[in-house]
Amino acid sequence: MTDVLTPVLTANWGDERAWTLEAYTARGGYRALDKALTMDPDAIIEEVKDAGLRGRGGAGFPTGMKWGFIPQDNPKPKYLVVNADESEPGTCKDIPLMMANPHVLVEGVIIASRAIRANHAFIYVRGEVLHVIRRLRAAVREAYEAGHLGRDIHGSGYDLDLIVHAGAGAYICGEETALLDSLEGRRGQPRLRPPFPAVAGLYASPTVVNNVESVASVPGIIAGGADWFASMGTEKSKGHGIFSLSGHVARPGQYEAPLGITLRELLELGGGMRPGSELKFWTPGGSSTPILTAEHLDIPLDFESVGEAGSMLGTRALQVFDQTTSVVRAVLRWTEFYKHESCGKCTPCREGTWWLVQTLRRLDEGQGRPGDIELLLDLCDNILGRAFCALGDGATSPITSAIQYFREEFEAGMTTPSRELFPPSASTLFAKEGAR
Amino acid sequence: MTEQVSDALSQTTLDELRELAGRYPQARSALLPMLHLVQSAQGRVTTEGIAACAEILDLTEAEVSAVATFYTMYKRRPMGTHHVGVCTNTLCAIMGGDEIFERLCGHLDVGNDETTEDGQITLERVECNAACDFAPVMMVNWEFFDNQTPESAIEIVDKLRAGETVASPRGATITSWREAERVIAGFEDGRVDEGPAAGPASLAGLQIARERGWEAPPFQAEGPQSGRVSKSEAVAEADTRRAETETVTEQSAADVRSEETEATDD
Repeated sequence: MTDVLTPVLTANWGDERAWTLEAYTARGGYRALDKALTMDPDAIIEEVKDAGLRGRGGAGFPTGMKWGFIPQDNPKPKYLVVNADESEPGTCKDIPLMMANPHVLVEGVIIASRAIRANHAFIYVRGEVLHVIRRLRAAVREAYEAGHLGRDIHGSGYDLDLIVHAGAGAYICGEETALLDSLEGRRGQPRLRPPFPAVAGLYASPTVVNNVESVASVPGIIAGGADWFASMGTEKSKGHGIFSLSGHVARPGQYEAPLGITLRELLELGGGMRPGSELKFWTPGGSSTPILTAEHLDIPLDFESVGEAGSMLGTRALQVFDQTTSVVRAVLRWTEFYKHESCGKCTPCREGTWWLVQTLRRLDEGQGRPGDIELLLDLCDNILGRAFCALGDGATSPITSAIQYFREEFEAGMTTPSRELFPPSASTLFAKEGAR
Repeated sequence: MTEQVSDALSQTTLDELRELAGRYPQARSALLPMLHLVQSAQGRVTTEGIAACAEILDLTEAEVSAVATFYTMYKRRPMGTHHVGVCTNTLCAIMGGDEIFERLCGHLDVGNDETTEDGQITLERVECNAACDFAPVMMVNWEFFDNQTPESAIEIVDKLRAGETVASPRGATITSWREAERVIAGFEDGRVDEGPAAGPASLAGLQIARERGWEAPPFQAEGPQSGRVSKSEAVAEADTRRAETETVTEQSAADVRSEETEATDD
């Protein structure tokens, strides 16, 4: 049995000047790179496949398999693009990771790039995180100076250039094909698939797009071995993952644990809910994953178990809300977000999110009309699976799940504003009387 | 004061725009950074800046405009010295972001996406900025200000307006929105070593793990001090038949493990 918490990527976050090459190297950093440079690229891919690493950006696709899809007989250059556009509401793991430990990402990038035989790699980081961008640029500069990047890395004959690229504020650019369009200097709008990025990605060339935490997990797999990684987690959801606890809990923060830990265990570690709070609803992996309730506290947080419970593990963004919170208000705000961030390319999402917001606003104001709940469900039914990308699908998740578990609150929206049923001031961090 | 007329793009800025374009395998990839640099130089995305980007990248101005209007970080109207963003996405809003935003609107006498009369502060609602464990969150020139209250937020904007020094608790000293945009565009400002590695919430799990003696399993060839064992120690511990002769060119102690596996398989 492994320990309840297993700090790997977070292990050095408390170190003095953890973000520097010196501090990272003192902990054994870049030794996995040394090993990887002696390995056959296919052997690196096999090791990551054997480890069972699945994408940490939400979808959970096996990372090694994604690398294996790159057609090596394609004469075009291959590219690795790190998706560091962390913007899914509730998700807050990659940003602190890159702030404190940027070198583990850089080392992972070099190993992953070598595996797929890319000579150019990019870290596409959202633009709204100035200090994280500073730390990334400095880490890349230090890695060049140390010979970890550039020409003929440590005499291996392998060349790699790594560019830190800042976005400009668009949630949709977390969608991998929109990210590629954005990285090509265009509006960030998703592409029709196929062709998938593995065949025609950046500059119409074979491209792997991986989440920050996925790539950062690679040095450990290479240094510790596939068996080491797979000794953590569950049968099908292996390894360590960062769980981000936020909201009405006593101790919000980042908890790195084997996949399969439960929300109850995580809450107990930090002293439970905040004083006076009872758990009302929570998201397992960001706002695009259907909400769950107190009855789901003991579900193992792995890809399979959360799926069986009707939601998705997503990004392990555990947003926890207590009894002071209006479900209608919460869902309206998420829906306003999707409306704001809809790229406008496809009709179901562009128009559908607009109508969802109008209907939810009525209910939030206590001016809902008979049939509004059915209207919401009908709209969701017409968006889910019909939108161009997952943004539209995600927009329906909070609504349909909230109606499933808290239909009476939507019904109350026919007569009573949410702010009367759930005074917002009671929910705040600085509420004078706590949650009572 | 709010800029009414932008400075013309200097030769230095034009050179830097070209430099950005030269960093990529295909120049057009530099368009987002270039627009950030235009904002840094001129306080917003100007018509002149759009034309300059278009010329350098061999695009039409319409193509550049289409990009500039898609992303929320690009501003077409003159900005205040400082950009203050209050997260009002669901979690932060419920934890107090709505109240903070309303109080700031009243205190600064502005609405969303408006600039104070003295040209110091542009206030904006922002979407989730990936710091939910620090909710409610306020951003100043895209630096984090964690666990805010209406009072703390007002204190920060008052200091900014008075020209006092303000530092992010998880970042650097606040300079200006324009200087921040320059870093975002791709030019370092020497402030990387300011601020801590992580804020208190980021360390919550690590702290609990340390208190209870929990850690990840050791790398298999290395024993409990994972990542800290020298090669010779690892070789000795690993007790393999082939390791000593065959790890000469190898660096990682973890290699020994795979060697050992092979040896066992033999």
